[in-house]
Amino acid sequence: MTEKELNPNIDRSKKVIFIRGLKKAFDDNVILRGVDLDLYKGENLVVLGRSGTGKSVLIKIISGLLRADAGEVNVLGEDVCCITPREMDTLRLKIGFSFQNSALYDSMTVKENLEFPLERHSKDMTRADRDKLIDVVLEAVGLRSAINQMPSELSGGQRKRIGIARTLILRPDIMLYDEPTAGLDPITCIEINNLINEVQRRFNTSSIIITHDLTCARAVGDRLVMLLDGEFKREGTFEEVFATDDERVQAFYNYNFSE
Amino acid sequence: MDQSNNKTENNTRTRRYFISRRVDRFFMEVYRVWAFNARFFREVFFPPYEFREVIKQCYEVGVRSLPLISITGFIIGIVFTNQSRPSLADFGATSLLPALISVAIVRAMGPLVTAIIAAGRVGSSIGAELGSMRVTEQIDAMEVSATNPFKFLVVTRVLATTFMIPALTMYTTLVSLLGGYLNVHQNEQTTIITFFNQVFDAITFLDIIASSVKSVLFGYTIGMVGCYKGFYSSKGTEGVGKAANTSVVTAMFLLFIEELIVMQIINAIRGI
Repeated sequence: MTEKELNPNIDRSKKVIFIRGLKKAFDDNVILRGVDLDLYKGENLVVLGRSGTGKSVLIKIISGLLRADAGEVNVLGEDVCCITPREMDTLRLKIGFSFQNSALYDSMTVKENLEFPLERHSKDMTRADRDKLIDVVLEAVGLRSAINQMPSELSGGQRKRIGIARTLILRPDIMLYDEPTAGLDPITCIEINNLINEVQRRFNTSSIIITHDLTCARAVGDRLVMLLDGEFKREGTFEEVFATDDERVQAFYNYNFSE
Repeated sequence: MDQSNNKTENNTRTRRYFISRRVDRFFMEVYRVWAFNARFFREVFFPPYEFREVIKQCYEVGVRSLPLISITGFIIGIVFTNQSRPSLADFGATSLLPALISVAIVRAMGPLVTAIIAAGRVGSSIGAELGSMRVTEQIDAMEVSATNPFKFLVVTRVLATTFMIPALTMYTTLVSLLGGYLNVHQNEQTTIITFFNQVFDAITFLDIIASSVKSVLFGYTIGMVGCYKGFYSSKGTEGVGKAANTSVVTAMFLLFIEELIVMQIINAIRGI
């Protein structure tokens, strides 16, 4: 299992995401019971946890797709709970969200998928500049040849890559990855892990990676947190998180490597 | 401090209902439909405008419906004429066939048949497409890329159906009348000029206005119902099927209610 090298680009003096006392429930089902989280500039933070523990809910609240019931969620200096829709849209341009199932627009080609955000947010850009930028991001995810293909013609790994390319095209400061390696074969998982690290290096992004794949967590995470019972119970490097007698944490570790 | 924390936690853990879960949900649904319609009128007038998508949707709704509408409209014209002839023949009044056909088709059958076909073809397609986009998180993907999905998906589709259903209605009416003419010409040897003279003599300006108003209303309803059902679809693939199905059923139900209401209003204007 590959471990990530120390990242010298993390700026511990600058928090890009700051969350305190975040609570969220769906009807009677309490998901988050008071989450505190800091994400530093240039850092890859992995959020671990079993399915249904609220990992995806957390990043959906950060991106404004869901509203928190209580607590403070500060992203790039803006409190997402209190800003206007227009301010939220401006903030969203600085956040890239890579969905679990890629969420590519299936009625559009790869090129049209990448053009879609550009047409709306970079109106002053010429067609030549647009094409060049599309070329750059496709090259970054290693899929220049797929430019005219439809999403249905791509494999799961290719779809993930194009999904990441679509988020990168607006040059976000923060990347949110929702289960980036879910449903992929081990080789493709390694490729996606490398891509996440490459994106961090090349585009100088800060990222939250939601996963329950420990190989991915170890390969991409500068710091890990584990969500248990709606709160972050463990935090630190890979070794620090799993250096505990807590049966649930150990079960999570053992299950991952007995698979 | 501890007390206030407990209070907040309790608030998120239990939810109280005003009347009961079901009744509350019904009123919430009514409010959501109202809010969805209100949002359409709020968003339609303010930029950015998605002209290209509106044109694309107009093509999908209008041009792609033409083959089905043409065949259905033509057959309805022939069948309606054929079925009406014996009753008029009993009174020796087959010469009134063109007038009868024109009144029936322009006033009721043209708008209604077009709307029913469009509800089946376009409404279900919108419901399924948006439903599928919802469950595969494509709508969320639009939202997080700071694109207003309501404007791009809902406003464009509702505008397309509202513009194109009246156009399709005019086309269906014409094709149905042509079908009727062929049947009349075959049996009564009426010329096309005589036929259409009688057709235009039988209908009034009010008929055309009523037909147009109805088809605009029908178009809006089909688009709105399809978009609403798709936009709020859930429960995975089952939800997509349900969205497509309920789009058609709900739209057809509303179409007949609207037909009844508009007919009563027009009859009141006519003084019948």
